[in-house]
Amino acid sequence: MTNVAIRLEDLGKKYRIGAKQPYHRLSEQMTDWAAGMLRLPGKLTKSNREEQQPRSDGEFWALRHINVEIVQGEVVGIIGRNGAGKSTLLKLLSRITEPTEGRIGIRGRVGSLLEVGTGFHPELTGRENVFLGGAILGMRRNEVKQKFDEIIEFSGVGPFLDTPLKRYSSGMQVRLCFAVAAHLEPEILIVDEVLAVGDAEFQQKCLGKMDDVATSGRTVLFVSHDLSNIERLCSKCMLLEQGRLAMFDEVHQVVENYSSYGSISTPVEQQLAELPENEFIRLNSVRVFQKNVETNSLLNGDPFDVEIQCKVFKTHPQLRVCLELFDPMGNMAFVSYHDAVDREQHKLSIGHANLRATVPGNLLAPGNFSLRIGASIFRQFTLTGRHVHVPINLARSGRVDIDLDVPRYVAPFWPEVLWAQEQGDGD
Amino acid sequence: MMSNVDHPDNFRYHTARPEWRGVDWKEVFRFRELIWIFAARDLKVRYRQTVVGIAWSLIQPLMTVFVFGILFKAMNANTTASDAPYAVTTLCGLLPWQLFSLSLSNATRSIVLNQPLVTKVYIPRVILPLSSTLPPLVDFLIAFALMVALLAFYSILPSSTLLLVPLMVAYALLASIACSLWLSALNALYRDVEYAVPFLIQIGLFASPIVYESSVVMERIPEMWRWAYWLNPMAGVAEGFRWAILGNELPSIQYLSLSFAMVVFIFVTGMFYFRRMERHFADRI
Repeated sequence: MTNVAIRLEDLGKKYRIGAKQPYHRLSEQMTDWAAGMLRLPGKLTKSNREEQQPRSDGEFWALRHINVEIVQGEVVGIIGRNGAGKSTLLKLLSRITEPTEGRIGIRGRVGSLLEVGTGFHPELTGRENVFLGGAILGMRRNEVKQKFDEIIEFSGVGPFLDTPLKRYSSGMQVRLCFAVAAHLEPEILIVDEVLAVGDAEFQQKCLGKMDDVATSGRTVLFVSHDLSNIERLCSKCMLLEQGRLAMFDEVHQVVENYSSYGSISTPVEQQLAELPENEFIRLNSVRVFQKNVETNSLLNGDPFDVEIQCKVFKTHPQLRVCLELFDPMGNMAFVSYHDAVDREQHKLSIGHANLRATVPGNLLAPGNFSLRIGASIFRQFTLTGRHVHVPINLARSGRVDIDLDVPRYVAPFWPEVLWAQEQGDGD
Repeated sequence: MMSNVDHPDNFRYHTARPEWRGVDWKEVFRFRELIWIFAARDLKVRYRQTVVGIAWSLIQPLMTVFVFGILFKAMNANTTASDAPYAVTTLCGLLPWQLFSLSLSNATRSIVLNQPLVTKVYIPRVILPLSSTLPPLVDFLIAFALMVALLAFYSILPSSTLLLVPLMVAYALLASIACSLWLSALNALYRDVEYAVPFLIQIGLFASPIVYESSVVMERIPEMWRWAYWLNPMAGVAEGFRWAILGNELPSIQYLSLSFAMVVFIFVTGMFYFRRMERHFADRI
């Protein structure tokens, strides 16, 4: 029998959204109580409430129907776009909030690190904060005492131990906070994206620490947007998408799938149809051409065009259509605006508009990229919500001619770099 | 170890549990160190950057005794029944009252003030109101020293019941924890509470036998309504305290048990209410 450490059974979490949140109204509560006291038929009130549930000011499922078993000792990455439910899942696992449906089974002591420095107090000294922070994360005083020197050494704030935390530089604060957390030794460790803090050197130190944790046989759940960290640390990976578990598999498989996001994302026509309404502009179509043939399978050596057809209802000096390109790791490679070259000439006027953006050849590396097309009132607000995602696949064809066979994606760009060489006489 | 086994396959299950449950004291016990650490934190931080610091816990009761002393003198009102000087009798009431009111106002805001903790880590949340009832004990001890000095000044020999003072302190703490359970949970959901509490405390000062003795008031209340006065949980605490220090005559045992029963009632219901609302804290705070 495999040793399961975490078992999620049909897990779901519903939140109420809308202007009235987050307080439920006292008056509503009181009528509920009154109804209870008067012994109104319980079924009646309940069914009434059930009917009211899908109200427009309503509710949404941050997570739903999650079924997963995680074996002890596995290091599991959790990835997904913003709002996919990653943080909610971590909160449920660390018992900060209760599930709305389903259940979570956990075997072993859980330590969670959702934020660096939770509970640290600016007025207390570094030393006092180490004990405070440790206790909050669930460490015993003795445990902290034992590891105290180690923690201080790791943080590198030794000389300032008896100075109040508020006098620390923010970098020092973060280092101290993370140092405490890094010495937490639960059987199950839950870590949110906390490595994104501190300078590069300290980040490497943290990653090293995470490596230690990962190889020490503990179960770790780790959220990050940095796919390279996920691939480096984790053996398995969960991909969440809009509150559902889209994938749970061996890490490279999931990361690759997530990178070539196209396979899971909704068709472009549907995305266009679901864009939020606004008074300025409507995107009607987004198509990709190479050599005047419409296709999403492109050659990296040749330029390609992105054609955007839209209708403008109302002009605005800052109304802009943008084209963003994301690399296979999900990082933005570049962003470009339709009027970048000449703002006067490219100002959008009322009526139909046909925009064409040409991305040069010999620029991108082969791989699964994704385009994001949207419109916004520049620096104020977006008009197209999450924008339209268009997956494109670039195959290798460029003049960049090397025999090196790069098996996996290494970098977004692969331009033609000109090398020159001068050789000496060899003495 | 944090894990508690409540399932045959060693799994600890968390589900949405709508039913009423009391506070899990076993879990609180496992986190007991945190209670001290939070209390110590609050103490260490409290008087940072003040000039007179801890002396505030002397100034407040002294000023209160002084103001009411002058007021009642000017009104020519006799608010004490025993022979002990007014200052002593009043201070006897003020000591537990200060303990109660300070810890209550701290505890009410405890969940909200520790919002980052509530939304980012798991601890039994009841630790927050519990630990915030402790620092006022320090104020109490300091004010108690003042009390002893005052007794010496008037050369009053305390009765042997003085030994029961710790018990009375526990009684006062129980009363404030009981009310804190309700108020802190309510305040996390409805911020109105923290505006209402100072007001309630002000009313409570007059509704409880603090700056006067209950026997003086009892005479003026129609007999059939006297019991209502003792629905106040602090009425019993204050008179009990006075009795323990000065050996005053105690109010009737029915009244005292009514007041004590209220404390127990608020405590037990508060425990269930807190636990019931606890699961919404992180989402609604």
